[in-house]
Amino acid sequence: MTAATASAARADDPLAIDVHGLVKSFDGKVVVDDFSLAIPEGKIFGFLGPNGSGKTTTLRMLCGLLTPDSGEGTCLGLDLRDEAPLIKRQTGYMTQKFSLYEDLTIKENLDFVARLYEMDRRTERVEESLKHLGLYARRDQQTGTLSGGWKQRLALAACTLHEPRLLLLDEPTAGVDPNARREFWDEIHALAETGITVLVSTHYMDEAERCHEIVYLAYGKLLAKGTIANIIDNTALYTWRANGKNADRLASKLRGCDGVEMAVAFGADLHVSGTDEAALEAAIAPYRHEEGIEWFRHKPTLEDVFIHLTAGSKDNFS
Amino acid sequence: MKRPFSITRLSAMLLKEFNHMRRDRTTMGMMVVIPLMQLILFGFAINTDPKALPTAIYSADTSEYTRDFTAALVNTGYFHIVKETRSQEHLDEMLTRGQVQFAIFIPENFTRRLIKGERPQILVEADATDPVATGSAISALNAIKPRVMTRDLKGITMANPPAPPAFDVVVHRRYNPENITQYNIVPGLMGVVLTMTLVMITGLAVTRERERGTMENLLAMPVRPMEVMLGKILPYVLVGYIQATIILMAAAFLFRVPVEGSLTMLSGATILFMIANLGVGFTFSTVAQNQLQAVQMTFFFFLPSVLLSGFMFPFRGMPVWAQAIGEILPLTHFLRIARGILLKGSHFADIQADLLALVAFVIVSTGIAMARYRQTLD
Repeated sequence: MTAATASAARADDPLAIDVHGLVKSFDGKVVVDDFSLAIPEGKIFGFLGPNGSGKTTTLRMLCGLLTPDSGEGTCLGLDLRDEAPLIKRQTGYMTQKFSLYEDLTIKENLDFVARLYEMDRRTERVEESLKHLGLYARRDQQTGTLSGGWKQRLALAACTLHEPRLLLLDEPTAGVDPNARREFWDEIHALAETGITVLVSTHYMDEAERCHEIVYLAYGKLLAKGTIANIIDNTALYTWRANGKNADRLASKLRGCDGVEMAVAFGADLHVSGTDEAALEAAIAPYRHEEGIEWFRHKPTLEDVFIHLTAGSKDNFS
Repeated sequence: MKRPFSITRLSAMLLKEFNHMRRDRTTMGMMVVIPLMQLILFGFAINTDPKALPTAIYSADTSEYTRDFTAALVNTGYFHIVKETRSQEHLDEMLTRGQVQFAIFIPENFTRRLIKGERPQILVEADATDPVATGSAISALNAIKPRVMTRDLKGITMANPPAPPAFDVVVHRRYNPENITQYNIVPGLMGVVLTMTLVMITGLAVTRERERGTMENLLAMPVRPMEVMLGKILPYVLVGYIQATIILMAAAFLFRVPVEGSLTMLSGATILFMIANLGVGFTFSTVAQNQLQAVQMTFFFFLPSVLLSGFMFPFRGMPVWAQAIGEILPLTHFLRIARGILLKGSHFADIQADLLALVAFVIVSTGIAMARYRQTLD
């Protein structure tokens, strides 16, 4: 498939992440296969892909929690294999599941992290962080009692307390309401402005749009990489949009027709996509002049592209 | 920058662990209640030298001699006559039903045959399903038999004394002459309580982190295996020390167990023994996937410890293979040390070998724990 290459790293940028050919398998099942990625410093990269595509495994390899079976590379200029403890000191990793101590208070958790990183001005830093979070008044509350949104913000504060240069966030906003997500992303952008590099996995398309570039992984393989516009352009996908009375009902009729790779209903809208422009047009021709339905040529959305990429990769996989 | 050990990081771990303890009132409560409960159960309820066992008697012949025999029985303290019956069947029935531990039958013409010097017999049937329960009583019975009859007969028929008994059973119990069970149980109990609670608590403390997902976060931070292990073990040494103190205080003041030897030496040995157990717990936690498995593994270790260490059953009574397993267990050595120091007043030279065994166990168990502890999630 098209692993779009011509986008990311200009040669003069220092790279925060530069890894080649990472492979990891569990019990003989390859979870990440030949993964290569270069991320320049100070960028926010979105990490997308279906469940079980190997995003978490990749993040864990990058922060030294898992040892790759093969492949090599550097994080922050430090060797992935030999200098993992040094990488850990300058990396903040936020796990998918809330992994601070729920029976400890907010302050105790931050204090624990500060001590583990042997930070100077510990008390002040913890206090600053609490104030910045807006949790200073609730600092003696046990973290288990916080709401999902607050937990995520606290977890982010905990993994940025030691001023890391690289942030690896594993689905940080899963199950968080839109408002809290927006604030969370504002925070991430604020961090990136200070020069921190961020690699964040997500399932949300709107979040992908807030990243400088995205990386798309499916079934352990990197399928696409670049800016959103880049990825859409590089994927030779043609989409027609039908809009009107019962347009969405056509989805089941079109599915499986020659030239139609997917037909997806979005409310009253219908998106029909395929890689062969002529065949696609032929397929929709019988419905082009149906009463009350208007057809438009449509630039595929990121979601269209991802569904297409995932479907294609699944075929290759089986 | 890449230091293998940092006091700051260790103190972070210790502080965190103490905070966990503070919040987990139930577990900490258990740590104090378990030794107290065990003490009360073992100290007050369990007695391997039971007295006043229910006894039924059927005396088909009543005379001064038989009454005197009965009185002597009761005076040993082991027999408590709950029933005097008039039929052999009833006697059997009571024994079979477990209503009595002993059934005593004095045959007809006992007195006449005794005076004639015909050495009549008294039948004592014991319910020996629990040999521990009857053992002491039977030896007490053997001891009174010749004494009673000799004295009685001397006073009446000097002319015709019965043949003196060929031998007498002398039971000489050293270190615990009164055979007080608590003397044996209470020092041992200290080891048993520490084994159970400490192996389990460290096992849980580490697997809990894995189960709750906090281990992933911990591993992503720059903390070294040695710091994690010490951070998990040291707080519980303190907890174990409190438990040991509770038991020792109870031993000395509640059960009046003699404290013959040096308490300082006992403290040192106890700390060593605690670290041995905490090492086992930590090793288990590197194998167990969840807290339930950690508890199961604790019992896997606890049962042989209790059964084969000499706590419950005499060590010398076990077959060689079982003794060999017992020698590996830290509890076996700790029991010898604790009983030695408390009851015999052992000196360092006396317990040296057992201390060495404990040191060896600590090295092996913590070594395995360190080797098995993974700094990654692989």
